[in-house]
Formats: sequence, structure tokens, C-alpha cells
Amino acid sequence: MKVVKAAVSGTMESSDIMVTVAPNEGGGLAIDLNSTVEKQFGAAIRAAIAETLEQLGIRDARVTAVDKGALDCVIRARVKASAFRACEREDYVWEVRT
Amino acid sequence: MKRLRRTMLFVPGNNPGMIKDAGIYAQDAIMFDLEDSVSLAEKDAARFLVYQALMTMDYGDKELVVRINDPSAKGGREDLEAIVRTRRAVIRLPKTETAEDVLLCEKEIARIEGECGIEEGSTPMMAAIESAAGVLNAREIAFSSKRLIGIALGAEDYVTDLKTNRSPGGIELLFGRSMILLAARAAGIDAIDTVYSDVNNEEGFRAEVELIHQLGFDGKSIINPRQIKTVHEIYTPSEKEIAKAQAVMEAIEEARRKGSGVISLNGKMVDRPIVLRAQRVLALARAAGVLREEAENDA
Repeated sequence: MKVVKAAVSGTMESSDIMVTVAPNEGGGLAIDLNSTVEKQFGAAIRAAIAETLEQLGIRDARVTAVDKGALDCVIRARVKASAFRACEREDYVWEVRT
Repeated sequence: MKRLRRTMLFVPGNNPGMIKDAGIYAQDAIMFDLEDSVSLAEKDAARFLVYQALMTMDYGDKELVVRINDPSAKGGREDLEAIVRTRRAVIRLPKTETAEDVLLCEKEIARIEGECGIEEGSTPMMAAIESAAGVLNAREIAFSSKRLIGIALGAEDYVTDLKTNRSPGGIELLFGRSMILLAARAAGIDAIDTVYSDVNNEEGFRAEVELIHQLGFDGKSIINPRQIKTVHEIYTPSEKEIAKAQAVMEAIEEARRKGSGVISLNGKMVDRPIVLRAQRVLALARAAGVLREEAENDA
């Protein structure tokens, strides 16, 4: 998928993460994270963001994330919502839980 | 044992904090809402959030329910695409007016189950009735699908449709509640009462729960964890009721041992309705933790 505009999802409330995905044509993945749990989970949050975008086939994107202690599943949900909005796509892929 | 549905906690689908905490309370069911509590602009984000939570979070043995958007529109169909694939949630259909509404939703669910190799019929459904037309069609709705585990009253839309509002005594809801309850009982499914929105009015809430308990409802939708305790208290049988129920079960066992067809207790005949009531009392007592296992085994 190709990022065509900047898009955001999530809030600044506790347990949430506000994720902005913006174009970064040819520049790869750039993640700017600001988290209340940076020391403990910064690396894990960055990895979750990168992995989610990779699964969606997004290679070039500038991501700005403001985290308020979101769980892994919340991070992935917000990245997906922002990514689909930023790519102006609605062909979601839902996996079957095994 | 049949699942208890005394309390179903509403959780707005776009609220990560509440989704995270929803498992720590004592309610019987969690209902994640993708419909009225989510603004139009955030429908996609809420769908991702509830889907992702259902794929990963551990909610113990609580029943999980997702209220979807109108499945005859694009958003509701996408909700089904996501939620059915989690294989974990009851689909709650909002604003059900006719049996056809249920059948349309069921058809979509069956198609998705077929497409992704999920056993057909394994996704349960609930229908919420929220209008005069829906109440009048409650019987047809309740009988419309084998997937239905229950029907629920959604009172806010219903009273608006009736051109009235909710009063403390709830007289305006009496017909709707009775209709939904009778339809559910005739179809052999559960009846769940509407929410009580004034969280700070504990007295009013208690009176309403006592009323719907007496009417025969299986439980109530709730909007705040603070409401759980009151509902469970009212749905917990008294010591006297438990003792009576245990005596009934004992009399049955005694009759079985003797090979006797007629069961009596204190000179009165024990017939099927009495046995069913006793079983329900014991199930509620067990769920409330007021029935000791040894007492049960002795009975």
C-alpha cells in the first residue's frame, strides 16, 4: 500500500496511542515515538508499529506516535486505522482467529 | 449448565482504557459497542480496536458480545467481516424490527463463515428491539433464527418512538418488556433488559432491577461496573430459596433411588416446573458463590 496523505487515529487518553501516518516517498520508515513508558517499552512499541506497517506492505512512511500506555493490540489497531486512512484504502484484511 | 446473563456491560468500542479493563469486573458478559457510542468518523478505528482486542485479550469465561452497525449498510457488513472471523463473539443486531432483519444478518454471517472455513452456525446472535414495530414483531424475531441466544430491549429509542420518555416507575416500558419477555420464553431464549442511564441514582436502579427480576428477565444491560453488584445481589437467591431448591433436588434423587415415578416433598407433588425453578435457583446461587460445593453434593 502507498501512503498518499497524512492521517491520524487514536487519542491522548490513558491506555491509548495517537498515531499519525504520513507520506515519506523513498525515505523508508521513520518512527518518531513519544511515550510515557519509553524506557520500559519504547523498543517494543517501535517494533509493533514497524511490523504492522510491514504486514500491510507499507515501506515508506513517516510515523508520529504519542503513547499513553497502550497495550500491544491497541498499538496495532491504531497503526492499521491510520495506515488505511493514509493510503485511502478500505480493502481491509481480517484474519481468522485459530 | 446454561450460561447466566445477569449483567452485560456496555463498553464503547473506541475506548482502549475501558476495553483493557472490561475483564476485571464480575459481570457475566461484555458488550463491545461499534454502533451508537462510536461517532461516524471513528467507525473504522473502533472496528480495528475491538477486532484486535478479541484476537488477543483474555477475558476469562465471560461471554463476549459485539453490537454491530446496521448490516444492510456497508459499515455493518464490514463489522461482520471483522468480528465473525474472531470466532469469539456473539453478534448483537441493533434496531431489529422484523424477522427479515435477523435473517439478512444471519445470511451475511453464514457467507463469511463459509468463506473462511468456520463451522456454519457457530456464530451466535442477539437481537435488540428498539421500536414499536420491533416490539409488535417480537415473537417472529425471537423465532427467526437458531443462532439467537436472546433478545434485548433498547429503551431509549423505544420510548422516543412511543412519543414518551422514561419515568422512574417505567410504566411506559411495561408492554414492551412483557412482549419481549414472552417472545423470548416462547422461543426458549434469554430476555435481557435495557440500560439504566442515571448511574448516580442507586435507589432508582435497584427498584428497576427488582422490577425486571420479578417480571422474569434473565438480566440487564449495564453501563457502569458500579451497577454489577446490585444486579447480582438481586439475582442471588435467598437462603430459604436455596434450601427449598436443595430439598426439591433431594426429593428427586430419593424418588430415583426408590424407582418411584411420583415425587413428593412435604406431602406436595413435585412436578416439572418446580424442578426447573429449583435448578435455576441453584445455578444462580452457584454463580453468586453462595452455594458451597459440599452442600450441593450432599443434596
